[in-house]
Amino acid sequence: MDFNDTPEEAAFREECRSWLDANRLVGWEDRIGRDADGIAVSREWQKKKYDAGWACLHWPKEYGGRGASPIERVIWSQEEGAIGGLSSLFIIGQGMCAPTVMAHGSEEAKTTRVPRIASGEDIWCQLFSEPAGGSDLAGLRTRAVKDGDEWVINGQKIWTSGAQHSDYGMIITRTDPSVPKHKGLTMFYLRMDTPGVEVKPIKQINGNSEFNEVYFTDVRIPDSQRLGDVGNGWNVSLTTLMNERLAVGGGFPTNFEDMFEFAKNVEDHNGPAINNGSVREKLADWYIASAGLRNTGYRLTSALSRGETPGPEASISKLVLGENRQNMASFMLDLQDMYGVLNDPNLSAAEAEYQATFFRAAAHRIEGGTDEILRNIIGERVLGLPPDQRVDKNVPFTDIPTGDK
Amino acid sequence: MNFEFSEDQKMIKETARSYLADKCTSADVRRILDGDESFHPELWAGVAEMGWLGTAIPEEYDGLGLGYLELCVIAEELGRAVAPIPFSSTVYLFAEAILAAGTEEQKKKYLPKVAAGELIGCLAMSEGAGAVTPKTINASVSGGTISGTKVPVVDGDVADHAIVVAKTGSGNDEGSMSLFVVDLKGEGVTVESVKTVDPTRGHATITLNNAPAEALGDTGEGWAIVDRIFDRAAVLFSFEQMGGSQAALDMAKDYAMDRYAFGRPIASFQAIKHKLADMYVATELARSNCYYGAWALSTDAPELPVAAATARVSASESYAHTSKENIQTHGGMGFTWEFDCHLHYRRSKVLGLTIGSLPRWKDRLIDRLEARNVA
Repeated sequence: MDFNDTPEEAAFREECRSWLDANRLVGWEDRIGRDADGIAVSREWQKKKYDAGWACLHWPKEYGGRGASPIERVIWSQEEGAIGGLSSLFIIGQGMCAPTVMAHGSEEAKTTRVPRIASGEDIWCQLFSEPAGGSDLAGLRTRAVKDGDEWVINGQKIWTSGAQHSDYGMIITRTDPSVPKHKGLTMFYLRMDTPGVEVKPIKQINGNSEFNEVYFTDVRIPDSQRLGDVGNGWNVSLTTLMNERLAVGGGFPTNFEDMFEFAKNVEDHNGPAINNGSVREKLADWYIASAGLRNTGYRLTSALSRGETPGPEASISKLVLGENRQNMASFMLDLQDMYGVLNDPNLSAAEAEYQATFFRAAAHRIEGGTDEILRNIIGERVLGLPPDQRVDKNVPFTDIPTGDK
Repeated sequence: MNFEFSEDQKMIKETARSYLADKCTSADVRRILDGDESFHPELWAGVAEMGWLGTAIPEEYDGLGLGYLELCVIAEELGRAVAPIPFSSTVYLFAEAILAAGTEEQKKKYLPKVAAGELIGCLAMSEGAGAVTPKTINASVSGGTISGTKVPVVDGDVADHAIVVAKTGSGNDEGSMSLFVVDLKGEGVTVESVKTVDPTRGHATITLNNAPAEALGDTGEGWAIVDRIFDRAAVLFSFEQMGGSQAALDMAKDYAMDRYAFGRPIASFQAIKHKLADMYVATELARSNCYYGAWALSTDAPELPVAAATARVSASESYAHTSKENIQTHGGMGFTWEFDCHLHYRRSKVLGLTIGSLPRWKDRLIDRLEARNVA
């Protein structure tokens, strides 16, 4: 056991470093955000990386990558460090939509659309969840009806991150409600400025609006924007969701160290809070979760370094992180006693970061697979337990009970 | 980065698993649980023959001189099999103490015997309920002999030698504590078996009445030595606990797949599926933390105190959780003597208390994190 690079990995790391040293943007830290300037600096960094072959480096060369191995991708992200956060604007397009287009799109879609996702010229969003289909994605109701060489889309999507900034969207629709739910779906992509597409921001419990509702009213798109066969949308969506889970990172920050420092410095009734047994007990539990995720990350990176596919342990991270972050942030407010109710960056400890996490972590446990769905996935795909018995599997979609009065 | 065991180490683990699957079956464990013996002598002899006792003992003392990563993978398998032998007391505590604090002469005297399976060792520390601190130690030494009562001593009723923590100074502080090797077959020693929550391992009350005592390490250094040994032993104990945790999860999973209720396997119910998923998460976190502890132990890294406490807390919690929920998954059958669920439930408690309980290790972990942040 060791934490050293192989000679090849060390050489690659050096190559990353020297390019980064020569090309790092100046002043980017002051321009982070989703306003026009934040989007501009994200695009600037993405284009710079793309021109040198560092954007989506694991993709084939023809799509703008350099065919990098998974471990090279991890090394790049370690070396790129914080500035890599600018690329989060493109993460859905690059991490989920582009791999789906590569696997299921027409030749034309692949060559024209995918490189522009790598370069940051086009931002994509993923139009999957609906009011009637979140965890139960295949319960979606947005309809696409064939009309000559075109499809006409009507319906509503929800929880679409970044729809307001997106140039394109990947949308899963129901094209045949007379067959069982998983069989009547078809995937498309479309420009977000197509007539009939309307984006409405959702006001979240933290007051922000990362997510949107997207309405479709008689939206017409050509059949050439179909991804995969008619009726095969469910399988196409699995490509997308599988890529979501393969987006492996090197580490899993929980900000434990900051919170530990905070507990050392804040006082309870008898002195520093960290001397209190109940505080120590909680901190110990959060440390083992935090260290456990970090050490699980080492195991994944080692597997990639050996050229292997990471094992099922990869699936635990979001489940552990979400719940721990929520509980930790809440407890950081408890430690401040009466003062903890403040939610003002000018007054609150850590510029109200714990208050922000107190709210945002609630979404962490829901987005990209709820805690409950993740437990099902661990149970069924990792442990091999039998699936739940379902009443909706082999009946026509139109006959499935909905609870509508 | 190579945060994984080597092919050779994995092979040692595979060999250990298949050996124990054959020689340490449920019937073997139950022979000790139900009978009068305090350990399984044939298994002990077999384990000695396999060379496991000397895995980390240097070759100059007749060990295999392999290392701690090899010992860790063996520990995981012993934990999985709930092995009824005094392995941890002899290897993780007795031999480690001799290696850490013994003179050359003591190493030559004791370690070859440990490696050959001719000497069972143990650590005699606790004297009563509550956290074991210097204040609770009344055993004392004068004129080369030791007097006092130690209870419980894990594997004490089958051990040949004990390392005894005793007072050498007048005070009850750490600096007044020293270590001694005592021949349990010698004069002035009374050993009495005691009932514990896990009869698959022997436990004893050891009464010393002017028993000859051989100093181990410098006078007044006893507490510091035990502290260091506990860090090293914590990693090895954690591997046993993690192996046990995996076994309890596997057992619960197999049962839930086979058991039908309401016309379907109970594993298809989310109430059971989510329970098993949580057992898996706890076990994987413990496994990752154990690996980090193994790395720190095998390289004598400065991170060892934090890494050992992390592995210990993580594996103690995981095994406590899975052994408890394994019973729950089995329903009423889990509460019967006939089913093996209680073997894990018992062993998880004993492993969790030997070398100090969970609250104590959590406290220790925070101490170490504070010290690290200050440094």
